[in-house]
Order: sequence, then structure tokens, then C-alpha cells
Amino acid sequence: MIRFLQHLGKNTRTSFTKLGRGTFFLLQAISGVPSVLPRPRLLLNQMYSVGVLSFLIITISGLFVGMVLGLQGFYTLSDFGAEESLGVMVAASLVRELGPVVSALLFAGRAGSALTAEIGLMKATEQLSGMEMMAVDPIKRIITPRFLAGLISMPLLAALFSAVGIIGGQIVGSGLLGVDEGAYWSQMQAGIDFHDDIINGVIKSIVFGFVASWIALFEGYDAIPTSEGVSRATTRTVVNSAFSILGLDFILTTLMFGDH
Amino acid sequence: MDNKVPSQDSLVSVRNLSFSRGDNKIFDDISLDFQRGKVTAIMGPSGTGKTTLLKLIGGQLFPEQGSIIVDGQNVHKLRRAELYNLRKRLGMLFQSGALLTDMSVYDNVAFPLREHSQLPESMIRTLVLMKLQAVGLRGARNLMPNELSGGMARRIALARAIALDPMMILYDEPFTGQDPISMGVLVHLIKSLNNILGLTSIIVSHDVHDTAAIADYIYVLSGGKIVGQGTPKEIQHSESEWVQQFMTGAADGPVHFHYPAKDYVDDLLSTGKRY
Repeated sequence: MIRFLQHLGKNTRTSFTKLGRGTFFLLQAISGVPSVLPRPRLLLNQMYSVGVLSFLIITISGLFVGMVLGLQGFYTLSDFGAEESLGVMVAASLVRELGPVVSALLFAGRAGSALTAEIGLMKATEQLSGMEMMAVDPIKRIITPRFLAGLISMPLLAALFSAVGIIGGQIVGSGLLGVDEGAYWSQMQAGIDFHDDIINGVIKSIVFGFVASWIALFEGYDAIPTSEGVSRATTRTVVNSAFSILGLDFILTTLMFGDH
Repeated sequence: MDNKVPSQDSLVSVRNLSFSRGDNKIFDDISLDFQRGKVTAIMGPSGTGKTTLLKLIGGQLFPEQGSIIVDGQNVHKLRRAELYNLRKRLGMLFQSGALLTDMSVYDNVAFPLREHSQLPESMIRTLVLMKLQAVGLRGARNLMPNELSGGMARRIALARAIALDPMMILYDEPFTGQDPISMGVLVHLIKSLNNILGLTSIIVSHDVHDTAAIADYIYVLSGGKIVGQGTPKEIQHSESEWVQQFMTGAADGPVHFHYPAKDYVDDLLSTGKRY
């Protein structure tokens, strides 16, 4: 019993210490923003590797998710003779939920793990330490541009995911299953609210981008500088990001749509 | 001998420094002086905290006790901006080279110039080529760090360390793992850069002969204390058994060959139970 309590106490303390370090790290990264903005090249390079290189996985996954939604939605709706509403159903699912959430999960797996491994290895090979000795703050030079790139790329990727998904739903719904194309688009236009659906979805994806980039960069920066340490940190990035994204999604959904 | 008054021309003076990692006392109240314009070596077996000392001098670690004065400034009392200004005048050569792996050799050497100066790109080019010429690798400017041998990587890192014309360079184990030719090149480079550029050099190494060949003064550390100091000649003829063992590389002496263990015969005849 005593041992259990000791263990619990120790773990709690470790977690809170880590949370403290993480918060301090985040504040440092944000304080570096003014020094990155005059050097857009730093940001653009990172947006390329974080955002543009995630393009393919987001597009293909979005297409398939949309196609599955079209298929499943059609079978459910046709029981009620409401297959004309397929467009609004696919669009609402994507824009409100699946777009931000699934693209954030893919982002954590594709870009987040790469960021953690990159920063962790830079630490292990003394590159960060070397930068400090050259009087260059590694947080401002390395972390802040990557953080901003994640924050900006995430909503764009989520938007891409939703857009491609809607097209996928249309391909299956009206292309294969015979839903009227006009009805698909017009019901969608009528049923989707700009503020309630689209803005809320964008807010979600900004929050997810913030959290996923923060976790990925902090885990890399805080990694034990050995190959095992970096590999564990990469795993933690994916697991913790997934938990945080799904948990936050629930909280955000409750706040946004709870009073309907 | 630990508490002598800092002499006028010492660029770095370490006073009554103590530092521990966990329960392990790495430095126990030591004082050292590094003279301006000289090559000073810190020697000692692996694990005596030689690299830690360089990190303390560079302000990356904080001592528990004692002070480190670099060019009249107490490193650990400086504000962040002042510390960064001091670091611009220090070059450090890491054991691994610590080159930025996503940049070419040219961009690595240009890195500190681009970060800290407003020079036009044409002037940066001239400076980078001059630094690369000094280490003999002007022709390697377009290679990436993963295409370099260990010795080349260290020479590029050296070119980068002198990019901002520092007053002092800290070398962390510059000779480890080098073949005889790269070793010779590095020994020559360190000495000639020190003399030509009027630098002050601190070399941390356990490579007795090559370091002794270029050092003006040597400190030998062990167990958190200074066990010997003097010019290479004085060290060679030191009466300390410990220093003699270190300099000649004898397998047994004050530093035992065996890691502490219970009696050998008892151990062999025991039941073999784990304890």
C-alpha cells in the first residue's frame, strides 16, 4: 500500500514537473514569434516540410473517408427515403468532426513524429547545444518556426481533408448510387451554416494544430538524447497527441454544439 | 595551490568551483587559470568531467559553488543577452562537430555570420571561403555533413568556430577517433590558429602525447581535484604517481585496473546466487 502511494506520488510529481517544463517551453517558443516574422524563409521552409509534405496522405485519406461516408450515409438515409440529404450529412460530418479530428491524427502521425525525431536527434548530436554556444537561441531559431508552421498548416490541411471528402462522398453518392447531383450540392448549401459548422471546425483544427505541434516539439526537445530516448519520445508524441486531440474534441464539441 | 591569485593576463579564471551530478561530485573546490594567447590543456581519464568544465565555462551549466570569470565577466551572473554577447566571442568545437545536418558545409560556416551580422551575402561568401581555406576544405563547400569523414567534419566545425573571429576556442576532445593523418592536421591547425589569430585555446583531451605537443600548460584532473599541473615538461617529470600512471598509460597504479569487487577466490567459490 505504502509502495503504491509512493509510486503514485512520484508519478504525479513527474507528470506535473513535465507539464511545467512543457508550459515554460511553450511560452519561450511563443516569445520567439517576433524574431521569426521578419525572416519568412525560416517559416516557409518548415511549412513545406510540415504542411506540403503531408498533402498526399491528407488528400488520399480524405477521399476515402468521404467515399465511406457517402456509402454508409446512403444506406442509412435511404431507409427513410432521405437520400437527397446525403450532401448535408457528408459535409456536416466532415466539416464539424472528421475533417479536423482525422486530419489532426494523421498530422500527429506524419508530421508530429517527424518533428519529434528531428529535434530529438538534433539534441542527441549536440546540434542544439552547438547553436547555444554560437549564441543562437535554439528555441527561437528551430522551435518557433516549426511551431508556427504546424499552427498555420493544420487548419489548411483540415480544410483540404473536408473538401476532398465532400468530393469523395459525391463520387460515391451521385456517381455510383444515383443520388441527384443537384440535390447533393443544394441540400449541402442550405444545411451547412457558416458560423456553426465551418468556423467551429476551423477553431477545432487550430486548437488541434496548436496542441499537436506543441507536444511533438516538446517531446523532441525533452527527449533523452540517445537512440532509445528519441524512439520513446516519438511514440509518446503520437500517443499523447491522439489522446489530447480526441479529448479536446469532446470538450470543444460540448462547448460549441452543447446548447442545440 | 588551488587558491592562487588570478594573474593579470588570464582570460579565464575558475575559482573554487564545485559541481555535482546527483551524488557524484564532479568538481570539488578547484581553481584553474587559462592564460591569454596560450594553449592550455585539461587532461584526465574519461568521466572526470572535462566536457562539463567546458559547458560551465560556456555558461550552459551552473556551478553549485564558485565562480568562472571570462574576460572580466562572471559568466553565471550575466543576463541572458550579455551571456549571448560573450558567447559570440567564444568558439566551441564539439567532439561530434555538431554540424547542422540539414545544411551544406558552406551554409554551416556561414550560419553564425548570417545569424549575427548584417553583412551582404557577397562578403559572407568571401569570409566563408577564407575560413574554409584556413582549414584546407574550400573544395568541400558543397558537401553535406553526412558526406564528410570524422576528421573533415571536425575541421569544418573549426572553420565555423572561427567564423566570428573569437577571442577563445574551447576544444572538446578534438583528437578522439582520428586517424594519424587527420590527427596531425588537427594538431597543426589548433596550434597555428592559436598563434596566427592570437587566440586563447582550451583543449580538453585524454590524448597525452598530441596534446602535450601543443599545450603551453597542462592541468591533470581526477576525482574532482587537480592532481597535477605545469608545463608539459614539468608534467612529464611529475613525481605524482597518479600523473605518471596517466602519462605513461600503465594498466595498474593509483587508478586500479579492477573495478571494486569482493575477493576473487571467494567470488569464484561462492554459490553464484545473485545478490
